[in-house]
Amino acid sequence: MNRRDFNKAAAAVAAATALSPLNRAFAQAQKLKVGVLLPRSGFQGLIGQSCQKGADLAPGVIKQMLGVDIELMSADTETNVDTARTRAERLIQEGANVLVGPFDSGAALAIAQVAEQRGVPFVVNIAAAPQLTEQGYKYVFRNFPTAIDLTVNGLALIGDLFRATNVAPRTAVFMHVNDTFGQAMQKGIGATLPRLTQLPFKIVDTIAYDPAAKDLTVEVSKAKAANADFLLLVCRLNDAIILRREMVKQRWFPMGVVSPGSPGMYEEQFSKALGPIANYCISNAPWYNPKTNMTKVVKAAFDKANPREKFVFHGTNVVYTYESILIAADAFKRAKSTDPKALTEAIRQTNITDRTVLGGPLKFNAKGQVEGNLSACTQNLNGEPRVVLPESAAEAKPVFPVPDYKKA
Amino acid sequence: MPLDLVVNVTIAGVLTGMVYGLMALGLSVIFGVVRVVNFAHGEMMTIAMYAAVSLFAAFQLDPFLAAIPVAAGFFVLGYLLQAGLINPFITRPEHSQFMLMVAVAIIMVNGMLIAFGPDARNVQIAYQLESWEIGKILLDKPRVYAALMAAATSAALFLFFKLSLTGKAIRACADNHLGALVVGLNVKHLYALTFGLGAACVAVAGCMMILFLDVTPSLGPSYTLLAFIIVIVGGLGSLTGALLGGVLIGLSEALAGLFIQPSAKSMFCYGLLILVLLFRPQGLLGKKS
Repeated sequence: MNRRDFNKAAAAVAAATALSPLNRAFAQAQKLKVGVLLPRSGFQGLIGQSCQKGADLAPGVIKQMLGVDIELMSADTETNVDTARTRAERLIQEGANVLVGPFDSGAALAIAQVAEQRGVPFVVNIAAAPQLTEQGYKYVFRNFPTAIDLTVNGLALIGDLFRATNVAPRTAVFMHVNDTFGQAMQKGIGATLPRLTQLPFKIVDTIAYDPAAKDLTVEVSKAKAANADFLLLVCRLNDAIILRREMVKQRWFPMGVVSPGSPGMYEEQFSKALGPIANYCISNAPWYNPKTNMTKVVKAAFDKANPREKFVFHGTNVVYTYESILIAADAFKRAKSTDPKALTEAIRQTNITDRTVLGGPLKFNAKGQVEGNLSACTQNLNGEPRVVLPESAAEAKPVFPVPDYKKA
Repeated sequence: MPLDLVVNVTIAGVLTGMVYGLMALGLSVIFGVVRVVNFAHGEMMTIAMYAAVSLFAAFQLDPFLAAIPVAAGFFVLGYLLQAGLINPFITRPEHSQFMLMVAVAIIMVNGMLIAFGPDARNVQIAYQLESWEIGKILLDKPRVYAALMAAATSAALFLFFKLSLTGKAIRACADNHLGALVVGLNVKHLYALTFGLGAACVAVAGCMMILFLDVTPSLGPSYTLLAFIIVIVGGLGSLTGALLGGVLIGLSEALAGLFIQPSAKSMFCYGLLILVLLFRPQGLLGKKS
């Protein structure tokens, strides 16, 4: 070998060595590690598992659509705020590039602190407490209406419900879970309702209750004693089941049970546990748009993965969880990097128009909040939640007052 | 506040309290004789609830009828648990007993999670949502039946301890351990019998609770704590005290929820506990040591 050949060989080796970190980085950046935090046990376990179905189908759907590889790292928050915080820390230590979850507002606030401290982007799938995106966090994003948005949308739909059924109830008794979410909704309703002068009713009593309570006899007795026309309810799943049973036991049959924006009454377990007495309960909740292409794709993937489940019972949980991972994947594709700052900036620039969720395009405002996600008015009819309003998306006509209504 | 509301809530509180009392009775029986604090008490009740759910699912067996085989099964399990596992720990330091029973409780919770999953389960019997109406007073049928069953079980237990030879022997062990040994009583066997009886009580309580509560594996610890509060309020080792404590706790929760705030009603049973510990540490019907 002469000097020229040696120099050529050395240059080739040097070039290969210099390029290999880039190769490694590019290889490393081929896959996005998404830490999924959800309450898969504890009293929110059923809803958390429902959300998990949305997470589980996301990698396959996103790979087809965007060509992006996602690795899910799932953790159970056990419906416990401290556990949520600990699990978030652990996921980050184990290499999660982005966190999504956790369904619950209290847990979301705890995880947000961790994400902010560690500089890892966190996309909230479902949590309504307004303070999540009001604290100036740089790494926290939310694709779900705030309690104020839920309240405004939900109350507006109640007005639409009364107009559609030609009924004008004068009074309501308001019951709500006494946790971060329930209190946020209570404040939102308290602030919003007086401004909505087109709504014909006033709240005659407000009763807070423990979402983990096993017995709601006292609460329902107090609510019944208010002699209100209908029950305005902000609930979760297990408490909604206990409460509805107690209403029947205490022979309290108001015009209807209407939720302005909370989980529980549209869930499958609610209808399964209660049978016919679950019918006619109304939930004004963020919902999926059944007519978009994306919804059809997600529904098909859900049906294939869960042949014994009905999409209608999991729709909201699934689509919001799916979209939170889609946001991360879309940002990763544009950023071409798992660097937290690059990923975070890319998430901030998100603009997705083909969505599953009812509402406008998926774009974050300066606070990291998506604006324009809408609610639908759904009513349990023949054991399944059906969209009854807005009319453009309606699958059935609303029933109000309910058939077993007895004036107090 | 309407009087009928107060009366309805009071009745519901008393009825629920009677079932609580039966649950705590088992704990009091075990501690009063064996001197072991059963930190797996709530978990045992949860297993009994699952047993009632399973028998209903398989044979459409009403929980009232299911209480008989479930109680019998729990009697045997309680006997074996005491004889096989707990007996060596009776003379060991209390913290060893505590750790043992906490470990047993954790194993039970996780066993239930594996066997049944985290979903809430219940029974759907014909009269579950029915109530009797007497003017403006509503009597919840499942609660009334459960309270009557609790009363009957408690009465049977009292009569057993009062009138039967075995019951008297068990009381002798509780009163004077050394004396019982001296007169030739088989103390180990009697301890195991007592644990079996306590387990049978909690099994009946569990079969009654499923009539108005959904069961999940994580239900146990809160009821273990509740059982302790009831027993401490009523008096550790006092059977009547356990029943009285149960009714007091059921009633205080109901009335606190009604007059103060429903979301804070469980706070009041802890408040009652503190008051009893401050002013009558032996409990309302307990004996001073």
